[in-house]
Amino acid sequence: MVAPAALRVVRCGGGALHGARAVFSVGARQAGRFLLCASGDFVKMYSVATEELVRLLRGHGDLVTGVQLAPHNHLQLYSSSLDGTIKLWDFTDGILIKTFTVGHQLLALYALPASEDSVFVIIPKRDTYQLVSVKLTKAAGQDMEAKELSVVLEGVDASPKCTAFGREGEYVASVKDVSLQVYFFKRKQLNRFSLRATNKKGGNNVFTCVACHPHEDCIATGHADGKIRLWRNFNHKKEYTFSTLHWHHDKVLDLAFSVEGTSLLSGGVESVLVQWHSGSDCKKDFLPRLGSAIEYVSISSDGTFYCTSHTDNRITIINSNLRFSKTIQGLIKARDIKTGLVVDPRTKALVLNGEPGHLQFYCLQSDKQLYSLDIVQQEYIHQAGLNQSDLARVAFSAQGKWLATVEEREETDLELQLKLWFFDEETQSFRLNTRISMPHEDHVTAMCFRDMDEMEDDSLMLVTTGRDCVFKVWVILEDTDPEGNWSCDFVGSYHGYQATNCCFSEDGSLLAVSFEETVTVWDSSTWDLKCTFCHPPGKIRTICFGRLTCSKYLIGATDHGFLCCWNLLSCALEWSAHLNVVVLQPDPLSEYIAAFSWLFKESSLFVFKPNEPRPICIQRKFCKERIQFAAFVPRDVPETIGSEKYLWLRRSQLFFLTDTQELMTVSTKSLEERLTLSSKQLAVEESLPVTPFSLLLGKHRQQQSQEDVDLGKIVRHHREQDSPAVKELLHTPAHVLPSASFLCPIFINSLLVSKENKSVEEAPAEVEMESEGAEDDSDEENTVTEMKQEDIMPTESLGETTHKLSKSEEKELRKIRKTDYSWISVF
Amino acid sequence: MASYKPVAIPVVPKLGEKITQDTLYWRGYKTPVQIKEFGAINKIDFSPVPPYNYAVTASSRVHIYGRYSQEPIKTFSRFKDAAYCATYRDDGKLLVAGSEEGSIRLFDISGRAPLRQFDGHTKAVHVVGFLSDKYRIFSGGDDYSSSVWDIPSATETVSYSEHSDYVRCGCASKLNGDVFITGSYDHTVKVFDARTKSSVMTIEHGHPVESVLLFPSGGLLVSAGGRYVKVWDVLKGGQLLVSLKNHHKTVTCLCLNSSGQRLLSGSLDRHVKIYSTTSYKVVHSFNYATSILSLALSPEDETIIVGMTNGVLNVKHRKPEESKEKSQKKRQPAYRTYVKGRNYMPKQEDFYVSKPGRCILRKYDKLLKSFQSSKALDAVLEPHIRLYTPEVTVAVMQELNRRGTLRSALAGRDEKQISLLLTFVTRRVIEPRFTPVLITVADMITDIYQPVVGQSALVDKQFLRLQEAIGREIDYQEELLEVLGMMDALFATLTEKRATYLEENKSNGLTKTLDQDISI
Repeated sequence: MVAPAALRVVRCGGGALHGARAVFSVGARQAGRFLLCASGDFVKMYSVATEELVRLLRGHGDLVTGVQLAPHNHLQLYSSSLDGTIKLWDFTDGILIKTFTVGHQLLALYALPASEDSVFVIIPKRDTYQLVSVKLTKAAGQDMEAKELSVVLEGVDASPKCTAFGREGEYVASVKDVSLQVYFFKRKQLNRFSLRATNKKGGNNVFTCVACHPHEDCIATGHADGKIRLWRNFNHKKEYTFSTLHWHHDKVLDLAFSVEGTSLLSGGVESVLVQWHSGSDCKKDFLPRLGSAIEYVSISSDGTFYCTSHTDNRITIINSNLRFSKTIQGLIKARDIKTGLVVDPRTKALVLNGEPGHLQFYCLQSDKQLYSLDIVQQEYIHQAGLNQSDLARVAFSAQGKWLATVEEREETDLELQLKLWFFDEETQSFRLNTRISMPHEDHVTAMCFRDMDEMEDDSLMLVTTGRDCVFKVWVILEDTDPEGNWSCDFVGSYHGYQATNCCFSEDGSLLAVSFEETVTVWDSSTWDLKCTFCHPPGKIRTICFGRLTCSKYLIGATDHGFLCCWNLLSCALEWSAHLNVVVLQPDPLSEYIAAFSWLFKESSLFVFKPNEPRPICIQRKFCKERIQFAAFVPRDVPETIGSEKYLWLRRSQLFFLTDTQELMTVSTKSLEERLTLSSKQLAVEESLPVTPFSLLLGKHRQQQSQEDVDLGKIVRHHREQDSPAVKELLHTPAHVLPSASFLCPIFINSLLVSKENKSVEEAPAEVEMESEGAEDDSDEENTVTEMKQEDIMPTESLGETTHKLSKSEEKELRKIRKTDYSWISVF
Repeated sequence: MASYKPVAIPVVPKLGEKITQDTLYWRGYKTPVQIKEFGAINKIDFSPVPPYNYAVTASSRVHIYGRYSQEPIKTFSRFKDAAYCATYRDDGKLLVAGSEEGSIRLFDISGRAPLRQFDGHTKAVHVVGFLSDKYRIFSGGDDYSSSVWDIPSATETVSYSEHSDYVRCGCASKLNGDVFITGSYDHTVKVFDARTKSSVMTIEHGHPVESVLLFPSGGLLVSAGGRYVKVWDVLKGGQLLVSLKNHHKTVTCLCLNSSGQRLLSGSLDRHVKIYSTTSYKVVHSFNYATSILSLALSPEDETIIVGMTNGVLNVKHRKPEESKEKSQKKRQPAYRTYVKGRNYMPKQEDFYVSKPGRCILRKYDKLLKSFQSSKALDAVLEPHIRLYTPEVTVAVMQELNRRGTLRSALAGRDEKQISLLLTFVTRRVIEPRFTPVLITVADMITDIYQPVVGQSALVDKQFLRLQEAIGREIDYQEELLEVLGMMDALFATLTEKRATYLEENKSNGLTKTLDQDISI
């Protein structure tokens, strides 16, 4: 249990929810309805009624590309993945039933009621892709080979949207570029239709998606210029007809027919869901402002719900009368994250770019968006190639009372706005206090608040640095409002260099601003330039001050791969290391600093204290992607960390965001621990019928978990006893310690194993013994207690070993304690 | 679900003075009435009793005006040379005036010929006044002397010659019938008690004293001379309380308002400044056409009268109080509609579902919502928006530009509309807050309508005007830059000096450095 676990990288959010069309499970009641969708390597199951994540189906080794309900058993689910397997799940219980290994990358999956024991997949064939049918054997066994492939269509598009099966699986339609091919299974006839690449009016005829009418011979195709064509009579090569529907001004991204075929749904970049009624052009309904481009549209099998998957990792559930019902959203994927990862001190939520112009507050515990704050407050036009203002910088004051945001829009000239928001206790949200247009002449590169206790409000100030070679200090003017308005107090510059970073020291007395290759340190009360640091090769990328005991150090990372540490007391370089640091993140609660480097296409993590040049923890090549941003999030309860090496993870957790906008964290817990924890959370109580057996099982589980907790407590107790107290004593500078005569007893006491501790250890064991004696009536109970005893054994032995170890020492230590230390005080 | 967000109209904070209670109060005067006198007006004095007539001393006459009369209702003109300082007695029945030839004359308001004449000064008498016991007069003359005269006997009771220069101003204490104060060009203010043989207090003002004023309580004394107004604490033996330097030419006259809360000072720099007597900050200021010599405020601040060097008397009357009758409520809705649904009491188990507030969109917002950019632009070019709220027009133009549809919205317009657009642009392009957007608009208009230039005289004229306006603005900016350059040079030399100056001056206290700041 105490054995040092290796540091593992854990993915904790932001996986793409839109790998494939989402599927509604079939159920009589709305409450029993689930929505199944592919998310990265997993299949996620959400409750339609509560939008909660109910179950996570894990097992695939690569991106999941297709999710389909089994046609003959609606409680089972097929999923296909890039790792070349098709898996059959019982999704209500989360059990993997079968795995069929196909051996090729699977790009799309189609399951039809007409074909009993085969599914259709798209697999790559050299440069092109082909649609094949895979025979799934019904033999028993978990892992199957499914090598019986028969090619249906050659040269199809890789996207699952470009192939569709029509009217009880009689034909398949597939589009690629400007051609549509229809294959009739019974007649074994292939019809090809092609359009010219551009029409007379300059429209772009390239096909983007296809859908087939459920009952009639009708195919709907979407085009790159926003047109939708309805093809009929396509079983004749020559006499086919099509009619055109046009509303979208940009690419049609997905099409879906309603269950009865009376209406057609289409979605695109405009983020408007359009419902076309029975093919007539004139009658259509809209559901506008869905947030971002619609990637997939799907319909539940009874037609009561529609669901749209969006490009920003969001799923919207819509009632059949086009009323917005619910939204499922995790970490929203922004086009470009400029704000970095910021932690809201109030809610401990991660704050970053969300929807265009919005700031998302993302709760890490529940993988959910808490709320989205509209910063730009302008109507966002969903249109490709438009330059619209977006959020560039965010900063919170220490207590989360103030929020500063910078938004920018760059066209021929730059539009900049600095906004300051005040947290309103009444409405529990941020309220705009001051808006400053063009705070700098050029881009704002960094921004920080003076991080101090906000007891004295006049100490609050904001510093912004800009590419216009100055940094500006903003303070509150109290005279106008009760809350005050912000205005510029000081403008500083250094030799006409661009200001790139700024950072306040822990006590707020010093401000460090980096100007290209130089770091300048300013006194924050008089705005005098105190000193400058420079380490020639390369511009300064990031800077930060050390904290707590290391507050006299300033750390900086340069472009050319140097990490430097300057001592502010001696104004000299303390140490430097050759390291290509991409992100430098200090922990707000301890003196540790995490540095992420990027070398040979792999990221490494280094954790160090500024006062020692040797890193405490090195984790080389732990991530193949470049780390963009990182943040330490304070834990609610300090975690029990086994090894000395990972003590820095005790009080806060490190999160980081990769280039592909996946949020990850590092953890020392082993995989099993995490899994059991999460599975417990996810257990669906309502679906379990209450039987005597389940009650019994539940009780047993509860007791087991309690033992786990007890075990944990003991271990932590030991740790806390011998490491922090002693450590603090040993690591605190000598001049701040009390006299040695005062410290000696404390120190020795801390080394002793106290008696109370022992009794705590023994108490649970005794209780268990009693229970064993008392409950001796039934056989079932007996077995349960036996199992328990087995569980207890390691606990006791563990307790005893520590006990024994200390007993011999104890005597000696007691002896030492009795001796007189008054001679020490003489010194 | 997100709903349409209306176009944000940027609000620009209003610069300049803030609206305070004081500005509202002192702005509440009608447009002034101007009355032409024969010469420079050296004194205006209000009768302390209703109907508050006032005496104006100018040249060789003393005119008495009624409150609203444009013509004098009475004139005293028995002076051979200039008359000075016609002052009412407390009961408003007697008037005393000094003169250039050195004699002091006492008039009855109803009569014409002087009741008494006091001779004794050898030179012009610029200041006379009644002591508060009503039976004595004090005076100060250019012969450096100041005297007290007894009215019944017309004799000089006491005479002081302590000043070493012209005595030009003075006032009497309202509480003590023996105390009066004179200010002189010898830079001093002296307090006399008629019972003693010499002055009881001397205050060094530092500049030739033009005017003195004693607070009704008698505790504070205000003196004006040079550019300074100084307030002294008499009870503390003439200690300087505060020194005000808000005028940039000599301060000539002082006056208190009826409540005693505000102090007014008039100066040769054509301004009247109003100070709060608690904080001694300027709370308001008036601007006049020429240098001000005298100033008076009627009881209840009903009228402000200012006399100027060119002999013009400027009379401002307070506006009558706004009647509150106008803001009477409109007819209430019928009782039945009023109570409809209001008397419903929700039961305990009822859920209260609040109705979402309907947001009413402006016309341009509705059009923008449905992507009708041309029509949206038309909507904001309506006269009432274009003329009164140009920021809305510009904000919509900016929004269209953001959407990339500004060009198509500007295109395809007829002669009248183009000329209207161009007029708007010409007029507003020089306003800094609109400049960035309107330059883009002007660029696009010239781009779009370049081929049709020369087809319409109207549009061509507008284009020329636009060119002219922009040319003028460029010249103006160049000039400004030149000025800025000059000021930079000045500042560069100044800061260097000041740095050293500050070093030397640290021991001298703050007042001097403050002065330095103001002069910069």
